Amino acid sequence: MDLETFKTFFSFSDPNIISVVIGAVLLTSSSAVVGIFTFLKKKALVGDAVAHAVLPGICLAFILSGNKNPVILLIGAFITGWLSLISLDYITSKSKLKEDTAIALVLSVFFGVGILLLTYIQHSGNAAQTGLDSFLFGKAAALVGRDLWIFSGVSVTLLLTVSFFFKELKLIAFDSAFATSVGLPVRAIDQLLTTLTVLAVVTGIQAVGVVLMAAILITPAAAARFWTHSVFKMTIIAAIMGAFSGLTGAYVSFIAPAMPTGPWIVMVISAIALFSFFFAPKRGVVSRYLQQRQLQQSIMDENLLKELFHIGEVDHQPFKARSLKAILEERYFPKNVLLQSLKRLKTEGYLTHKNGSWAFTKVGHKKGKRMVKLHRLWELYLSEYLKIAPDHVHEDAETIEHVITPEIEARLEQMLSFPQEDPHQSSIPY
Amino acid sequence: MVGDAISHAVLPGIVLAFLLTGSRDSFEMIAGAALLGLFTTFFIQFLNKKAKLQTDAAIGVTFTWLFALGVILISVYAGQIDLDQECVLYGEIAYVPLDVWFNDNGVNMGPRALYVASIILLINLVFVGFGYKQLHITTFDPSYAATIGISLGLWNYLLMGAVSITTVAAFESVGAILIVALLVVPPATAYLFTEKLHHMIGVTVVIALINSVAGYYLAVAINGSIAGAIVTVSGIIFLLVFVFERLKIRAFIRTKDLISQS
Repeated sequence: MDLETFKTFFSFSDPNIISVVIGAVLLTSSSAVVGIFTFLKKKALVGDAVAHAVLPGICLAFILSGNKNPVILLIGAFITGWLSLISLDYITSKSKLKEDTAIALVLSVFFGVGILLLTYIQHSGNAAQTGLDSFLFGKAAALVGRDLWIFSGVSVTLLLTVSFFFKELKLIAFDSAFATSVGLPVRAIDQLLTTLTVLAVVTGIQAVGVVLMAAILITPAAAARFWTHSVFKMTIIAAIMGAFSGLTGAYVSFIAPAMPTGPWIVMVISAIALFSFFFAPKRGVVSRYLQQRQLQQSIMDENLLKELFHIGEVDHQPFKARSLKAILEERYFPKNVLLQSLKRLKTEGYLTHKNGSWAFTKVGHKKGKRMVKLHRLWELYLSEYLKIAPDHVHEDAETIEHVITPEIEARLEQMLSFPQEDPHQSSIPY
Repeated sequence: MVGDAISHAVLPGIVLAFLLTGSRDSFEMIAGAALLGLFTTFFIQFLNKKAKLQTDAAIGVTFTWLFALGVILISVYAGQIDLDQECVLYGEIAYVPLDVWFNDNGVNMGPRALYVASIILLINLVFVGFGYKQLHITTFDPSYAATIGISLGLWNYLLMGAVSITTVAAFESVGAILIVALLVVPPATAYLFTEKLHHMIGVTVVIALINSVAGYYLAVAINGSIAGAIVTVSGIIFLLVFVFERLKIRAFIRTKDLISQS
C-alpha cells in the first residue's frame, strides 16, 4: 500500500482501472439510491433476505447453462430474489409467523440451498466454475469487458428509473394511504420498488457479494438520514457515500487482487455511517447530548431567576443580594448545579456576585419577572379555558413556561385581557 | 432477527480470540464470541435508543459491519490461521471427525467438536430447564414479568449469551450464516402447528433431528455441503408443514361453510 501504487491507481492511466472504478462506483451508488426507499419503508432487512436469496439463482443458472454468462446468471439471481420476496409476503400474510422470523427463515433457507448447489458445483469438477464463489464476497476486479457493460447498464437503468418515479416512490414510502386516496397505483409502485430492490441486489453482487450486499442498501441510507430531512438531499448524500465506498473497493481490488472487495466496501461505508451516527450535526448522538444538556442548563437558569424573583416579591426588595442559604430555603437545588448556574448567570450579566451573595442586575430582574409572569399566565389560562382545578395547574406551567415564545406570550395576554391575578391570587407582574 | 444479527456479528470475536491466543481452543473462542454477542445486543439497543435509528436499520448496519470486520481479519491473516472465508459461510462438518482430541496419555478420545457440542447442549438444556418459567414469562408478557420482579434486561442478555455460545459451537460445522437456519427454521415449523410452549420445544427437537439425519444423506447423495443440505431439508419440511396447515385451514373453512349452508 505504498504511495507509488496509490498514485498509479488514482492517475487512472490504466483503462482496466478506469473500468473497474466506473463499475464499482455505479453499482454501489445505484444500490444506495434504491436503498433509500427500502430504508424509509422500514424494510431494510428484507434487502438482506433478497441478497442471500440470489445465491441459489446464480448456481441454478450456472448448472442449467453450464457457463458464466453474466446475463444468464443475472436472470437466475433475479428470479430467486423475486421468489424469496413472494414467499416472504406469503408466509407473513398466511401464517402466524412474525415478519422478522419469516425474514430469517427465508434468508437462511434460500442461502442454504444456494450453498448446497454451490458445493455441488465445486465438487462436480466443472472447469468453468472457478470464480463462481467470488459472488459470495465480491470481486470488483472482475468488472471488466462485457461484465462491466452489463452491470453498469443495469445500474444506470436503476438510477434513471428512480429519478423518473422519485415523487411516487417518496409518497408511498411515507404515506401509502394518502397515495391511494389521490389515486396513485400503490400496488404497482410497490412492485416497482420490489423489482428495483432485487435488481440493485443482483447488480451489487459482483462488487460486494451476496453476503454483505444488504449493507450497501441499508447503511448509506441510514447514514444519510442523519444529515438532512429532505429525501432528495438524502438520496444524493447516500449516493455519494456509496460511490466513495465503491471507489475504495476498487482500490483494494487493485492493490490486493486476492482480497474479497465486499467486506472492504462495507467497512468503509460502515465507518462513514458510524461517524454520522455520532457526529452529525443536530441528529448525531453527541450533538443530541449537547442539545439536551444545553436545554437542561437553560431550564435550570430560568428556574433560578424565577426563585430569586419570588424571594424579592416576599420582602419587596427585588435587588437585594441573597445568600446561597436563602436561595436553598426558597427551593432545593443540588449544590453544584446551583453554583454552576449562578456562575453562568453572572457571566451572562443577569446577576452580580459580592461576598458570597447574589443579586439581580436590571436585565436579570426583568427576565425573572417574565418567567414568573409566564408561569402565572399559563396557570390562569389552564383554569379559565381548560377548566382545570387551580391546585392542578402548577406542574404543567412549570414545564411549559420554558418554551413559551414572545408571540404566544402576547396572545395569552390578549386572550386573558392582561389579568392582575393568577388562580392562586398571586399578582401577575408586567 | 437479533439472533440472526448475533450469529453474523460473533465472527470478529471468534477470529480475534483465535489471533490473540493462537489456538483453536474452544474456550477462548466461545468467550470472544459471547463478548461480541453481548456487544452486538448492546450496540443495536444503543443505536436504536440514543441515536434514534429505526430498529431494522440498526440491526442491519451493526451486523454487516461486524461481519465485514471478521471477514477482513480472516483474509488479512489468512496465512496464519486455518480459517477461511468458505468455512465462515458454511463450515465443514465433514472434517469434524478428522479433528480428534488426544488426552494426556495420547489416547484417542474421539472428535473434539463432539465434546464441545455436547457441552453446549448441556449448558442450553440447563439454561432452558432452570430458566423455563422466566423465559416463558419475559417472552409472552414482559410487563407482567416486570411487575413480579423478573429482570427483562438480564434474561434478554442471558438468552442472547446462549445464542452467542451456541453459534460458536456450531460455527466450525455449519458456518455463521447457516446457523441462522438451524436456530430459526425448526421452531418456526413447530410454531405452525403447536399451541403450547413445551409442545413446541419437543416438536422442534424432533424436527431438528430429522433435518440433520436427512440432510446428511442428501449431502452424501449429491456430494455437496452437509450444512447446506441440512438447511435445504429443513426448508422443505417447513414448506410441507406450511402447505399442510393451509390445506387444513381451507378444509376447515369449507366444512364450516357446508354446515352453515345445510
